[in-house]
Amino acid sequence: MMILKMKKDDLPAFLDSIKEWGELWGPTKKGDRVNFSKVDSLSQMDLKATRTIIPPKKFLYPPRFTMFDYDQDGYVERKGDVPKRILFGIHPCDIHGIMIMDKLFLETYKDPYYAERREKTLLLGHTCIPDDKCMCIATGTDFIAEGFDLFFSDLKMLYLVWVGSTKGHDLVRMRSDLFSRDLGKNDILNYTEYRKWKNSQFKTQVDLTGMPDIFELGYGSPVWDQFADKCLSCGQCTMVCPTCNCYNTVDEVELGALEGTRDRFWDSCMFREYSVVAGGSNFREKRADRLRLWYTHKLQAYIGEFGKPACVGCGRCVVTCPVDINVLSVSTALKEQEVGK
Amino acid sequence: MKKMCVVLNEREVDDNPFKPKMYRIVRRYPLTNDVNFFQARSVDPDEDQMTDYMPGQFIMLSVIGEGEAPFCISSTPSRPGLLEFCIRKVGTLTDSLFELKENQTIGIRGPYGNNFPIEKMEGKDILIVAGGLGVAPLRSLLLYVLDNRDKFGKLTYLYGARSPDLMLFREEFMQLKERDDLHCLLAVEMDESGTWKEKFGMVTDLFKDLGPIDATNTVAVVCGPPVMYKFVMQHVVNLGVPKHQILMTLERRMKCGVGKCGHCAIEYLYTCIDGPVFSWWDVLHMKELIGRGASDKTIA
Repeated sequence: MMILKMKKDDLPAFLDSIKEWGELWGPTKKGDRVNFSKVDSLSQMDLKATRTIIPPKKFLYPPRFTMFDYDQDGYVERKGDVPKRILFGIHPCDIHGIMIMDKLFLETYKDPYYAERREKTLLLGHTCIPDDKCMCIATGTDFIAEGFDLFFSDLKMLYLVWVGSTKGHDLVRMRSDLFSRDLGKNDILNYTEYRKWKNSQFKTQVDLTGMPDIFELGYGSPVWDQFADKCLSCGQCTMVCPTCNCYNTVDEVELGALEGTRDRFWDSCMFREYSVVAGGSNFREKRADRLRLWYTHKLQAYIGEFGKPACVGCGRCVVTCPVDINVLSVSTALKEQEVGK
Repeated sequence: MKKMCVVLNEREVDDNPFKPKMYRIVRRYPLTNDVNFFQARSVDPDEDQMTDYMPGQFIMLSVIGEGEAPFCISSTPSRPGLLEFCIRKVGTLTDSLFELKENQTIGIRGPYGNNFPIEKMEGKDILIVAGGLGVAPLRSLLLYVLDNRDKFGKLTYLYGARSPDLMLFREEFMQLKERDDLHCLLAVEMDESGTWKEKFGMVTDLFKDLGPIDATNTVAVVCGPPVMYKFVMQHVVNLGVPKHQILMTLERRMKCGVGKCGHCAIEYLYTCIDGPVFSWWDVLHMKELIGRGASDKTIA
């Protein structure tokens, strides 16, 4: 892959120039909450923030949108005004999350709504500072080699910039004066140093090896019921998870007319109605069944099919769950057959 | 980094897999007090009628203003022209569907899902076991086999219903009993009218009338209410039919039909694209396929 070099002081000018392509979005901090916001310049962003509350999936797959307008004659696809956006400051885990979404939405039966937003959204990755909730080292998602348009590795005085797509290259071409290809010995040493430093920052020890077998063995384990006793079925874990894709649809009706919209919105497998079929039969009546489905999907089933977990180790479930049910606590409890306090 | 290949990303016209096409209900009549038979064909005469489906597949059916849900196809592609459905009124969507009159329109997209593996079933003896509304997807297979009778071995059809008036397609199946190229056994649990001349009992009671079975050369296909599987499967397994040759088709909540919405997930499989047809071998390994639950310690 093409790797370029940029002086750190040149980043504001670069970001200013590429706004010509589309809206610039980046991580911003209000109080202790970090979100992606539309910004004018680098100065509004907080590149030291570890994670946003909601992962960037919301730009590719909005929490609620209209798929079709319908009337008696049928269904007409709603072509939304999807803006062109540049997301700056996306971390490796979230890019891995988007790649898992890509596999689901863009391969068999390509989803045109996701595809259009993916097409119009540029991902400009940035290296991160792990905190005590980060587990990406255990999920193999602490570094990223593809899936982005550009990736900025922060090496104190300069950036090494990976060019991952033709569109990313177009951005570079808008300000080719700010980039160079003169990579030298020091760049390699500094980058190696950065990797070493990042590896040393992880405070949480998670070991996900053998998870598929442990899940199979633990299918009937009382651990699931113990977690279920605590679980509030609030669904926050699914909303903040970068790889949760489930949705529901509803036909909204205009009052007094046989016309309306078919809308699509995020759903959660934690909700009781998730597996209910007409007639009222519920394939996952118990909270334990629903919890197990989520963790089975992330840590057993996906590994079985694709060789890696559908967890990217971002730590959002650790931060978000009000009752401490998360990838860390569940994987540990399954191995030790005991739910922590 | 992977070597770049030429990627074309233009969108094909009208390739939205979620978009229903409009169909007209050309015929609708009751099979029982809460089950109706529907025939539908595409509104646009220039539009190809859906003929590329196979027995076991399903479609997503939209009632305008109400929503969308999956329904299995009861007709066979060997009789093209009309799509047929056998639908029970059980929820808000079917309530609205049952208010529609002939000549009104519905949305349909599909066909979706895998299907009964017809090619692998050719040359084999076929044993079809249906209970109640489970006949809806199995009628497609039964008619397909009858329309391609020479390609299959012995054909046996077992169907059980609670009472004669609850037996779906009763007249159609009674006529099948006249044919000598299949063995058709029908049973009801009770008959208040006193006119039932066929077997009495549960569908499992029909197994004793099967006669000799070439078990390893048989493909068994079973569909019925969840409680039926446990008992029917024991009978079929005891006959000696290999577990991967015992097939079933499953029901799940679905909002997309194309592997995106997640609702029909079972471990690493989606019922909509990896199913709805599964084998008994799959069930033995995947506990949630027929909802056996964690407390089920069955080994056989």
